[in-house]
Amino acid sequence: MAEAVAGSGGGLRTADGRPLGEALAQAQGRARRRALLLVAPLLLFVLFSFVVPIGQLLISAFSDDDFARNAPALGAWFDENPRGSPIDESAYAALAADLKAAKENRTAGQMGERINYEVSGARSLFTSTARNADKFEPPYREAILAARAEWDNPRLWESMRQASSSVTPNFFLAAVDLRRSETGGIERAPEEVRVYQMLFMRTFALSALITVLCLLLGYPIAHLLATLPLRYSNLLMIFVLLPFWTSLLVRTTSWIVLLQSEGVLNNILVGFGIIGDDGRIRMIYNQTGTIVAMTHILLPFMVLPLYSVMRPIPPSYVRAARSLGASSWTAFRRIYVPQTMPGVAAGGLLVFILAVGYYITPALVGGATGQLISNLIAFHFENSNWSMAAALASLLLLAVLILYWLYDRLIGIDNLKLG
Amino acid sequence: MTGRETRVPSETANATFVEFDRVQKSYDGISLVVKDLNLTVAKGEFLTMLGPSGSGKTTCLMMLAGFETATNGEIRLDGRPINLVPPHKRGIGMVFQNYALFPHMTVAENLAFPLEVRGMGKSEREAKITRALDMVQMGAFAARRPAQLSGGQQQRIALARALVFDPALVLMDEPLGALDKQLREHMQFEIKHLHESLGITVVYVTHDQGEALTMSDRVAVFNDGVVQQLAPPDELYERPVNSFVAQFIGENNKLHGRIEEIEDGRALVRLDTGELIDATPVNVSAKGQRTLVSIRPERVEFKPEMMPDGAHTIEAEVLEFIYMGDLYRTRLRVAGSDDFVIKSRNTLTQRRLQPGERIRIGWAPQDARALDA
Repeated sequence: MAEAVAGSGGGLRTADGRPLGEALAQAQGRARRRALLLVAPLLLFVLFSFVVPIGQLLISAFSDDDFARNAPALGAWFDENPRGSPIDESAYAALAADLKAAKENRTAGQMGERINYEVSGARSLFTSTARNADKFEPPYREAILAARAEWDNPRLWESMRQASSSVTPNFFLAAVDLRRSETGGIERAPEEVRVYQMLFMRTFALSALITVLCLLLGYPIAHLLATLPLRYSNLLMIFVLLPFWTSLLVRTTSWIVLLQSEGVLNNILVGFGIIGDDGRIRMIYNQTGTIVAMTHILLPFMVLPLYSVMRPIPPSYVRAARSLGASSWTAFRRIYVPQTMPGVAAGGLLVFILAVGYYITPALVGGATGQLISNLIAFHFENSNWSMAAALASLLLLAVLILYWLYDRLIGIDNLKLG
Repeated sequence: MTGRETRVPSETANATFVEFDRVQKSYDGISLVVKDLNLTVAKGEFLTMLGPSGSGKTTCLMMLAGFETATNGEIRLDGRPINLVPPHKRGIGMVFQNYALFPHMTVAENLAFPLEVRGMGKSEREAKITRALDMVQMGAFAARRPAQLSGGQQQRIALARALVFDPALVLMDEPLGALDKQLREHMQFEIKHLHESLGITVVYVTHDQGEALTMSDRVAVFNDGVVQQLAPPDELYERPVNSFVAQFIGENNKLHGRIEEIEDGRALVRLDTGELIDATPVNVSAKGQRTLVSIRPERVEFKPEMMPDGAHTIEAEVLEFIYMGDLYRTRLRVAGSDDFVIKSRNTLTQRRLQPGERIRIGWAPQDARALDA
């Protein structure tokens, strides 16, 4: 076909003299248009429910005009006076004007909230100062500092400078425990607020652990399912899928019932005298709880791709290896396992990516040490810090994309078999 | 016949290599798939297990290879019982129906596998791989993956892999089943030549009787878990011992009747429609017994000058004439049956029978075999 198209300049022609490429495009065009019509609803749905929200998320991770919108005078002052200029009377005059407008429009809280992300206490500073804004007389500097001395804080002013431009990388900096210094450079956040790096590390480490556990548990099950006669394997498959069909909330809470201090497992251990009544093991509301519950919930995502890869592998491969002199372990390791790699890779990728973004289970059974990055994203959403949530989510998305890219480089995406 | 016998080296001709001793196999504990199998394979022999699907032939092969365990009885390899020896310690090469070439390895790696698990050094390995690939004329394909090869090429590689570690016994489970007719016939001769030049013992399973006749020293015809006949191909074809073997091997005309007279190896059979024909009794003995007379299509004569003296003839009506190139195939109505077939060679002087024509047919008594009905 490529030859025919390439030769359309003076090459092959149809029997009635039209260039072959043109004829082909015409013949296929109709079928292609009809096919497009069929997928159009899905395309539109994906566009509005996926592409647009993700785009907005990415944009909001960079931008927040809560402050900039409500502080036009300060914005103008920051534009005229570059970083490092003294915070003089003209700056306080602009602040007074903006606070006055904020009082009228009742937006002081919104402004303060934005600054509060970086300088704690800023919200109350803004609201309390704005309350008396219409009483300020020049010189404004003295008047405002008399009202609240905290205004004489270079960090606060740097933060306002940052916020006066609606596009900012600050949320991304904050998401990796960095911040703007007073002079506008980048420095590490104070130790007591450094949580994100640790949480990202914990999320990836726990996800990797859960993926490995799912693989260890799922591989034998999938193998059993793939080798049993169909009528038994179908029955067994239902048992694998049963938790899949049960509400996630129910499954998670059932783990609470099993694992809590007064729960079934601890009661059994105490009942058999293995542990004392005062030595009940804490298995939930910590990392253990998160790992156990998530491994259980994500197991089907490992079993299904593995099963679909194992099912069509005929037993003759292992038999051939055995007849050629390999022990059953060698035959398994060198012949069977390599052929199931597409399933291992698919299941691993699926479980890992799902685990990285998991929210409800760690929230319910994770306690303090079992929280993942998603729980913090949810926290920021609840507190209307959309930009911070978006920045964290974008980083998560980026990490997953990098992982996917690495996977493609190392194993090859065409080796992936999801079902 | 003489050609076949000289093929087996004389000093090992009668040395038993594989022995099935009262072997029985059941999968469900209710019925037997293999019923009391007693079979010996001589060193250097090419033995084929032939039979319809479900006749137990593949089960026997799998028991020999070690993938199935015998429910009862003993299997001996070179005098040693191997019932409890795991497959990888039996040292038996095997060619599978779907070739079972490892898809994630190249051709060379596939061949290296049995040598690696035996701990063979790299240089020795390479020498053996090269030799095995050259043996099947696939030397140029060492770096390919199985998926890049055609069916026939994969077949050759599977063969080379089963032979590369020099096993004394090679099992083949319908290895040519997936090939087209021409390639299959070509490969039959190649396997046969490899067997002859290497002096290995081969146990071959197939349901294709043509394949069994072409390749084997002896053929064991399986049906219903029992060996019906174990004989060299010519004997099997020309002197089947029962009606199953007669019908399973080659094309056959069947005539039902009753023994009219029987004496010193000759029988006169009265067909159900009243005609009398000559036959050789095989497993019938009494006068009046019901019998099935089996005659090969190529042994039926319709030209009076070709028939033996005193032969009984029987009337036939030509129903259909089919030109098959090297042969003419003519379908007749004989003694009330519509599917009596004769085959005649396409020679210059051969006569083409016309549908509707009435002729008389006959045969030498030794070509018609009176079997159990």
